[in-house]
Amino acid sequence: MTAKQVSIFLENRAGRLAEVTTLLGDNGVNIRALSLADTADFGILRLIVNDPDKAVALLRRAGLTVRETEVVAAEVPDRPGGLAEILRLLSAEQINVEYMYAFVRSPAESAIMIFRFDDPAKALEVLQRKGIRTLPGKDLYLM
Amino acid sequence: MYWNRHAECMDRRALETLQLERLQEQVHRVYERVPFYRARFEAFGVRPGDIRSLKDLRRLPFTMKSDLRDHYPFGLFAVPMEEIVRIHASSGTTGKPTVVGYTRKDIETWAEVMARTLVSAGVTKGDIIQNAYGYGLFTGGLGAHYGAEKIGAAVVPVSVGNTKRQIMLMKDFGTTALCSTPSYALFLGEASRQLGTPIRDLPLRVGIFGAEPWTESMRQQIEKELGITALDIYGLSEIIGPGVAAECQAKEGLHLMEDHFLPEIIDPSTGEALEPGQVGELVLTTLTKEGIPLIRYRTRDITRLFPEPCPCGRTSLRMGKVTGRSDDMLIIRGVNVFPSQIESVLLEIPDVAPHYMLYVDRVQNLDTLEVQVEVSESVFSDEVKALERLEKRIRSELGSTLGIDVEVKLVEPNTLARSEGKAQRVVDRRSL
Repeated sequence: MTAKQVSIFLENRAGRLAEVTTLLGDNGVNIRALSLADTADFGILRLIVNDPDKAVALLRRAGLTVRETEVVAAEVPDRPGGLAEILRLLSAEQINVEYMYAFVRSPAESAIMIFRFDDPAKALEVLQRKGIRTLPGKDLYLM
Repeated sequence: MYWNRHAECMDRRALETLQLERLQEQVHRVYERVPFYRARFEAFGVRPGDIRSLKDLRRLPFTMKSDLRDHYPFGLFAVPMEEIVRIHASSGTTGKPTVVGYTRKDIETWAEVMARTLVSAGVTKGDIIQNAYGYGLFTGGLGAHYGAEKIGAAVVPVSVGNTKRQIMLMKDFGTTALCSTPSYALFLGEASRQLGTPIRDLPLRVGIFGAEPWTESMRQQIEKELGITALDIYGLSEIIGPGVAAECQAKEGLHLMEDHFLPEIIDPSTGEALEPGQVGELVLTTLTKEGIPLIRYRTRDITRLFPEPCPCGRTSLRMGKVTGRSDDMLIIRGVNVFPSQIESVLLEIPDVAPHYMLYVDRVQNLDTLEVQVEVSESVFSDEVKALERLEKRIRSELGSTLGIDVEVKLVEPNTLARSEGKAQRVVDRRSL
């Protein structure tokens, strides 16, 4: 039960992020979660959106380098140590987290973390076995 | 397949006899008709009668591009204007263009060498040739055009640019051969995919690409992207235009049309003639040109000549791909750098597109070279460390090839200028 993340290559220059998010906004693509990894020269913008296929098509048409990546969205108990617990489980099974970031939700609900694993299939199997809920893409995009 | 078997497969000794005859005639002509040459020969203490063998060519002075410019526009013409039927000019990036004039016979010679070029590429009168070289003062368009008509092929004189229309015509007409610059061919290939009519699915089968230097790996990329055979053609307007030399289907060097153009390779810094096989600057003497005959013209193109027989049966010397320009050579921290070296390094790294720009700068009295490389979807990873690894790999491979440290910067695709004519890939910001 993985979800599609849209990853975009961006040069590190003023206004570039605004241009890309404007393009998505103007075309009715809603950003559900994001993370930006950057170096001095370039950045990689990673997005969970309501319509990943449409977003990819739009960005490609605008000449950007885009890639869809398979990520896992897992529910994390919203209490001290909740995330640490999950990471320990994964680490015990030799699963590496390439990167992760939080998904914004209303208060009082459990937190959702987006994970990029080196081995998503195995990670899903472990999470399920340990009773940690993961969310399918279609639920996530419309959340 | 030959257009002119007699000329293309001539016995070497007969060819050399013909060359000497034509050289002697040409030297007499310029001495009598072009005051510039008479004065130059006299300054060198050489008379037309001194040319008794092909080796004696070395006694004659060089002609430089600046000589054409200094005698702008018609000062080096060897015939009165009544005999000139066409005038072309090469783009003058600095000041005045260089102007060349053709007599009716020159136009005929040009069509002949272009006909040989097309036929050696496997083009026949049954082909539809889309000619995407620029028409106008630039010699590419009309040069290829006349050759194509001479062999009886159907020419589509679409000229350069308007990419969408190029692809539409290519599809609707069922174009089978393409003439353009190699960088424009790649650009067409990419654009055709984006438009949903990939050229590799169309009937196009052969491309004759020239007007800018390109590498073997770029050939492979074009052949893969367009699904065609890609062949190199060489020429320059000062000598005649395209058709001075062309690759046959063996793809092992370009056959020089030696019955019309006499080649030499020299050391660009000393002017000394080099041995066969050595890399240096190509120098050409026109043997049959009437409008503007040139003696020992310094092309500034870096290549080599090799005499080994070609499997195709043509007997001419072949020249290697042009690997650089003696005047494009960048000297960075005292090291000679040719942009073409950078291109070949990039093409050897899987999935990296050869779209790059070089920025040369001087920071605190030290030359710096930054290479910007576009990130294509095939190399893009959503992990920073993978892209940093790519950057590092490019930097280290460039460093070991060039012998200097290079900065590498990954940039978004389509941000670097794509040329519809000659690619401009170097920005030198050093103010010296």
